[in-house]
Order: sequence, then structure tokens, then C-alpha cells
Amino acid sequence: MIEINNIHKSFGSNEVLKGVSGTFEQGKTNLIIGASGTGKSVLLKIIVGLIPPDEGEIFFDGRNFNQSDRDVKTEIRREVGMLFQGGALFDSLTVEQNVQFPLDVLTKMPQDEKLDRVNFCLKRVGLENTNNKLPSEISGGMKKRVGIARAIVNNSKYLFCDEPNSGLDPQTASKVDNLIREITEEFNITTIVVTHDMNSVIEIGENIMFLHKGHKVWEGTYDNIAHSNIQALDEFVFANKLMRRMKENQ
Amino acid sequence: MESFSTYARLTLKEAVSIGFNSIFIVVIVSTFIGAVTSLQTAYNMISPLIPNYVISLIVRDMTLLELAPTITAIVIAGKVGSNIAGELGTMKITEQIDALEVMGINPSSYLVLPKILALMITYPMLVVLAGFLSIYGGYLTGIFTGVITETEYIYGIRADFNPYNITFALVKSVVFAFLIASIASFKGYYTRGGAYEVGQASTSAVTNACIAILLADYLLAQILL
Repeated sequence: MIEINNIHKSFGSNEVLKGVSGTFEQGKTNLIIGASGTGKSVLLKIIVGLIPPDEGEIFFDGRNFNQSDRDVKTEIRREVGMLFQGGALFDSLTVEQNVQFPLDVLTKMPQDEKLDRVNFCLKRVGLENTNNKLPSEISGGMKKRVGIARAIVNNSKYLFCDEPNSGLDPQTASKVDNLIREITEEFNITTIVVTHDMNSVIEIGENIMFLHKGHKVWEGTYDNIAHSNIQALDEFVFANKLMRRMKENQ
Repeated sequence: MESFSTYARLTLKEAVSIGFNSIFIVVIVSTFIGAVTSLQTAYNMISPLIPNYVISLIVRDMTLLELAPTITAIVIAGKVGSNIAGELGTMKITEQIDALEVMGINPSSYLVLPKILALMITYPMLVVLAGFLSIYGGYLTGIFTGVITETEYIYGIRADFNPYNITFALVKSVVFAFLIASIASFKGYYTRGGAYEVGQASTSAVTNACIAILLADYLLAQILL
């Protein structure tokens, strides 16, 4: 479980996050949603420690992350896997080398064991026969799945996904979303997904936090998102014609 | 903490990439510099009172004191400096550096330290090669154009030889290598933006490294000679 408490962040005079608090539960797919520029990605980067908050605390299973020393932070980070928006695969390494990378650098596992683990993770994300391909030789959806395989290869306890289905066709996006949900349940990890895609909300939204202008204005599940009576959330959820029609037909 | 063997492996890999892959350009540049120095020295020696062996003496001293360590450093700043800045800059804007950090790996020590160590190890070797080839280039040109005989050239490169010049050249090479690798790494590592900014970082890395090399060249000459 990850808890954030009163997170503030400004860039110059622009206050991006204004005291955001919340809990992200283990074994569930936790979503942070909101329109572009509301601070979702900044919040995710603060949680993983890529950006320091101006104020506030982050707890990973009770361990204070942002106020710990470097060694504790490193220890926590080694339990973290992250899927970046663009995949962030190392472009001069093959798919196999990319997935094996955390094991190479962070463990003393024998090579055959590493290879077994890599093959298990690649199989889990449905990419059995891509070991020797370079990132430039695979599609966007495959890159995301390699990113997920790399994120879970070291038995991560926490999975973070930044816009996991941006730039993907609806079918592939749905596959990636479902993969994230299945992995979260299967390995009982704490997953946080940042997205502005309503399809993701419908597919995997178990615990949803809605950000608006730097504030958390709503928290709940997919089942009650349509009945929030919060104008900003309504405008976000029912922004497209299809969703509006569905609401009118209800 | 990443293991020592990880850093040793990375440093060796970078040494091959940075050092070995620079041999060709160093061979070409240093041979021609020696050849041209030999010819231009001969062209400027119009007094019959000055013996011919002075040509090779000048080639030797210019090579050891300045041409081999400094001109090669400018060439390496262009080739290796832009490469390092471009590589790190691309990694930065495509979030590969963030990915390392999230994994709990210190990206600056993992990516930058091996590059600095590799260049500090291989650049002095390149300077030794450049020095040898520059003097040999001067020899070949001198003999083929007839401005100096083989005996005179060999006599010249042995006359009044001060071994400290080699030490000076090697000290300079270590300092220049550190400057090239660290400036290029800094420029690449702190790139923000997109492809245009990566290009700018590469250009800026080369420009700043060249200025730093020339400044350090002056300071080292002032301090050590």
C-alpha cells in the first residue's frame, strides 16, 4: 500500500499540486485521472522520487520515502517497476537484454536463472519470440509490454504506469490495460496508473483519484464515477459524444 | 550499490567504444600534422647556418609539447564529446535515465563515471600513438621530399632530448581527457527538450570542451614548464 499525505509542488509561480492526499491499495489497480495539465504525471514522478515535493510525505507500506536517506530510498526503489509513457527501453539493447537489465545490475543471479526469469516475464506479457529484436523493430504496443515485463522482472512490489496506452489503437490499449490489471492481481502488487483515457477507467478503474487544477476533487470506483455530481468530473468523464449518449440513455 | 564488476565491465566497454574507435582518426590527423610540420619547418629555415637536423628536433618538441596532446584533444572533443553528449541527451529526453533512477540505479555514476574513466585511461594511449605517428609522418615526408636525410632526422629527434616533455604530454592528456568526458557528460545529462536540444547539447559540449582544453593547456604550460 502507498499513502501520500498533503503533497504540494510548484514550478516557479505555477502551483501544480495543492495538498493532494490519498491511499493506493495493494492488489488493486489504482488510477490517477484528470485532464492534461492537472498534475497527474507530476504526482506520479513525485511518488517514485523523480521529482522532490515542496511539502508532504509518501509512505511505501509504512516506510517514509521522501524523507529517508539515500540508502532507504534505493532499497524502496528496487521494489519499484515503472512503465514510462514512451516505454523508455534502452534502444541499443535487445528486448531480452532490456528485460534482463535490472537482474544484471541489481542481482547476482546466475545467467541461466536470469534467462528463465526473463522468458517467464516475456511469456507473461505475450512476447515469447521477440528476445533478439531491438526496440526499434517492434510496435508501440509491444514496447509497452516489454516495459511491463522489465518492470516486473525483479519481483516488484509496486508498479507505476504513466499513460500506458497513449498512442495505441483501442484494441491494443485494452490489451495493455487488462495485462496491467491481471499482473496486479496475480502478483498482489500495488499499481498506480496515470491516465486521461476513459477506456482505461472503464477497463481497470478499481480505485480512482480524480485531479483537477492541482486538487484531488474526487475518489471512488468506476461504478460510482458517473454519479458524482461534481461538475469538473462530469465534464471529464462525459467529454466525448459516445459517453454523453450513454448517460442520456441511462 | 552496483557491483565493482559492473563498473569494470562498463568501463572496458566504453574504453573500446571511445578509445579503440578513435584510433583511425588519430592516425590520420597525427600523421599529417607531423608531415606538414616537417615541411613547414624546412620551408621557414632559410639560413644555411642552421643544420637540417633542427627540422626533426622541432617536429619532436612540437609534437610532444603541443601537437600530440592538444590537437588530438580537440579532435577527440569533436568526435567523442559530441557522441557522449548526444547519447546521454537522447537517453535523457526518452526517459531512459529516469528509468535507471526508478530501478534504484544511480544514473550519473552508472552512465557517466565509466565514460570519464575510459577516456582517462585510453586518451594517454592515443596521445602516445599520435606522438609516434606525428614524428614518423615528419620523417616520411622529410625523406620523400628530400628536405632532410634519414641520418639527420634521427640525429635531430635524439638531440637535446628532455624526457620530462613526455611526462608533461601525459599529464596534459589525462587532464584533457577528464575535461572532454566530464563536460560532454554534463551537457548531455542535463539536456531538456527534444531532438533540437540534443543537437544543441552536442555542439555546446564540443565548444565548451575545446575552450576548456585551450585554457587548461595554457595553465598547465604555465605551471609545469
